Amino acid sequence: MYTFSNKLKTFSFLLIILGVIGIAYGFLTAPKTVQDVELILAEQHHDGHGSHDEAHVTTDSHAVGDSHAEVAAHDEAHQKHLEHVLHQLQNKPWAAVYVAAIFFMFIALGIFTFNQIQYAASAGWSPVLFRVMEALSAYLLPGSIIFFILLVASSMHLNHMFVWMADGVTDPTSPNYDFIIAGKAAYLNIPFFLIRAVIFLAGWNIFRMLSRKNSIALDETGDLTYYKKNFKLAATYLVFFIVSESIMSWDWIMSIDAHWYSTLFGWYVFASFFVSGITVIALATIYLKSQGYLDFVNKSHIHDLAKFMFGISIFWTYLWFSQFMLMWYANIPEEVTYYIFRIKEYNLPFFGMLVLNFLLPVLLLINTDFKRLSWIIVMTGICILVGHYLDFYNMIMPGTVGASWYIGVTEIGAILLFAGLFIYFGFKALAKTPLLVKNNPMVEESKHFHY
Amino acid sequence: MSSHYEAPIRKPLVLGDKSYHDVTVDVARPVEGRANKQWWIVFSIALIAFLWGVGCVAYTVSTGIGTWGSNKTVGWAWDITNFVWWVGIGHAGTLISAVLLLFRQKWRMAINRSAEAMTIFSVCQAGMFPVFHMGRPWLAFWVLPMPNQFGSLWVNFNSPLLWDVFAISTYLSVSLVFWWTGLLPDFAMLRDRAISPFTKRVYSILSFGWSGRAKDWQRFEEVSLVLAGLATPLVLSVHTIVSFDFATSVIPGWHTTILPPYFVAGAIFSGFAMVNTLLIIMRKVSGLEDYITIQHIELMNIIVMITGSIVGVAYITELVIAWYSGVEYEQYAFLNRATGPYWWSYWLMMTCNVISPQVMWFKKIRTSIMASFIISLVVNVGMWFERFVIIVTSLHRDYLPSSWTMFSPTFVDAGFYIGTIGFFFVLFLLYARSFPVIAQAEVKTILKSSGDNFKRARENGNHSHNH
Repeated sequence: MYTFSNKLKTFSFLLIILGVIGIAYGFLTAPKTVQDVELILAEQHHDGHGSHDEAHVTTDSHAVGDSHAEVAAHDEAHQKHLEHVLHQLQNKPWAAVYVAAIFFMFIALGIFTFNQIQYAASAGWSPVLFRVMEALSAYLLPGSIIFFILLVASSMHLNHMFVWMADGVTDPTSPNYDFIIAGKAAYLNIPFFLIRAVIFLAGWNIFRMLSRKNSIALDETGDLTYYKKNFKLAATYLVFFIVSESIMSWDWIMSIDAHWYSTLFGWYVFASFFVSGITVIALATIYLKSQGYLDFVNKSHIHDLAKFMFGISIFWTYLWFSQFMLMWYANIPEEVTYYIFRIKEYNLPFFGMLVLNFLLPVLLLINTDFKRLSWIIVMTGICILVGHYLDFYNMIMPGTVGASWYIGVTEIGAILLFAGLFIYFGFKALAKTPLLVKNNPMVEESKHFHY
Repeated sequence: MSSHYEAPIRKPLVLGDKSYHDVTVDVARPVEGRANKQWWIVFSIALIAFLWGVGCVAYTVSTGIGTWGSNKTVGWAWDITNFVWWVGIGHAGTLISAVLLLFRQKWRMAINRSAEAMTIFSVCQAGMFPVFHMGRPWLAFWVLPMPNQFGSLWVNFNSPLLWDVFAISTYLSVSLVFWWTGLLPDFAMLRDRAISPFTKRVYSILSFGWSGRAKDWQRFEEVSLVLAGLATPLVLSVHTIVSFDFATSVIPGWHTTILPPYFVAGAIFSGFAMVNTLLIIMRKVSGLEDYITIQHIELMNIIVMITGSIVGVAYITELVIAWYSGVEYEQYAFLNRATGPYWWSYWLMMTCNVISPQVMWFKKIRTSIMASFIISLVVNVGMWFERFVIIVTSLHRDYLPSSWTMFSPTFVDAGFYIGTIGFFFVLFLLYARSFPVIAQAEVKTILKSSGDNFKRARENGNHSHNH
């Protein structure tokens, strides 16, 4: 039996408190009015930041004609630009919270999905890790609730994260009218969006609760029908998952860049959080083993997890490259802007994440002996987690805060908050049941597993 | 590699109380015996089809590519359809031998040899299309970056068709080496059992002097694992590169980012279906029912079902995103697929690929040999039409309505395709009579953990012994 140590509990509370402070700071310092933005921009101009100047140049070129109209047009364009930047800066704390919230919720989802794949595949190596997976995916419920609240907040126009939610976007008489978005209104509308979110979030959580319930019932009764139930449940879940995962990635991430689309996107998002989930399983297992809780877990189990980290990292890169290369190659204007903007404005996070998500894991984990060394896995695991946080950052930030990005107090605060919540809920669930499943027909095999 | 203990709920993989010797005898029997009349009949049919194909290719090369049904708008049709189809089929072999090895799936051992043979023979078929669909195939060597007397005129490395050259040739060579390495102990077994000096000589040459020492086995295992690790990204990249032929273009219906993983999923799907087709027949005619059991067929069916579902998700994704994109060309491309002049091929594809694998959810169906056989054929028809639909329906109607046209194949198109099927079966039939079709050395490694007699003995009492 695991006891949630006071040290770890305090640590998670500390993270939560620091996180809340960081986020509060972000919201309090966000500009309220256009005047604030003007001040910020003026300061930036003195510092010599180039990107806003460029925007002015392009607006200038619009104003041709007599000087009076030119001044008026310039003023109007300037005003519009200020408003645009205001929205971006107001989005910034929201987006920081959103990225961290979705990332940690997805980690829980990735862990649960991995768990279900193990069931469906009748894996013989992993049952000794089932309790770790079950417990860590417990964050799915609180994570989903917080995330849903964020979606509702966006729907209530508390922020400008989803441009398609703005007023008048679908109204031809409105100055806000956007005919491309209007064409998608049958799919991108707030009620349908929220209904889909409820179905997906509720679906995943229900599957998780049922699976956990069966697993505990199998422990207590030794009745193999619970095992079979979980097997069938896993198969059903995976079908539900592949469909819901694709759609939710369009909803929650792709629709932020509402003009852009990519058919690969859903699977790309999946690979990103799946590898993060596996990494978290590995890190938690190593932590628990170092505390003496998982004597039945040997180096071979860790080795297998490391292989999955290695393999799925490459798989993620494969999907990243496929999507990037195809758009780069064909260079069709409406889709390539997605990457042009990222390469121009997010150069370091965009290419930096490739080092963290591909280069380092491949180099560090290709060696068999290295895959059995805890410190190597911890190091690589941190690279992978930071890298995939950046991946979600790159997916969400350009469409919400544009060029006004930086990773500061608010972003780090949001990460700390959700990391704290994840640790708290995950390890609390861990303390509720014995760490080794009983009566699972594969567990004996798993205990004897050697590679 | 494997654990000392196996969960009792795992079903046996080798039936019929086999000993090591039984395995040897069973695997060697088709090679050591003589071909029966049916074999000669089927072989003759395949040979005739092959020769007919040779004639069609000779006619094409000597007369011109205009003997085919392709036209100025639809420049690619059956040639590339068949190319992608054959490459796709080839992928299951590597999947079974490499990916299932990485995932430690013991059941692969009864089927990997034949699956790899299928890979090699179908990649050979695939390889002919890129050459013979050229207008000037005698200049095909120009695709290779070789120093030359044109001031070292080079190839352009930006074309996915050039990547295809590297992908396919690498794939064929790696698969061949992987396959042959695995064959060494089995050829050695045939060499050691040979009675006639001729067969002794042949299998001595083929087995490279394998003597099965501990050090050899150790390296053999290591090489297999490394090759499996290399073959897995290879198999993904090869079909990905094949998909790039379409996805890098700007043609509506072709330019879509999901093509790389979706082509790979489709390749596994069609490849496993083909393995199923072949093995269901092979287990019967070669008397290998104890090794290629219903459980093997069921597991292959499950993979067909999973990959079929992935392909189904990809179809729906393409449809939804085509609508979502708001690009009228993209939307029309899919409208045309569903309701245009080739609607029947689209709906045939949808029925075969999306609906037919879903029946595998029923245990009754996926454990029925007859149903599996029929569905495996249906899937291969469907996957042929998938490539046809992607290629032809996207080309025959695209940006300029003045270029809209139709495509209909000629007998030469069909003849070449039939020829490759004939050639494939010529090779496969020869293989089935001269190669050990089951990796006996590998099966022997799982006999004690997964043989039904050993499993039974374990359950009857000496449980503690195994712990």
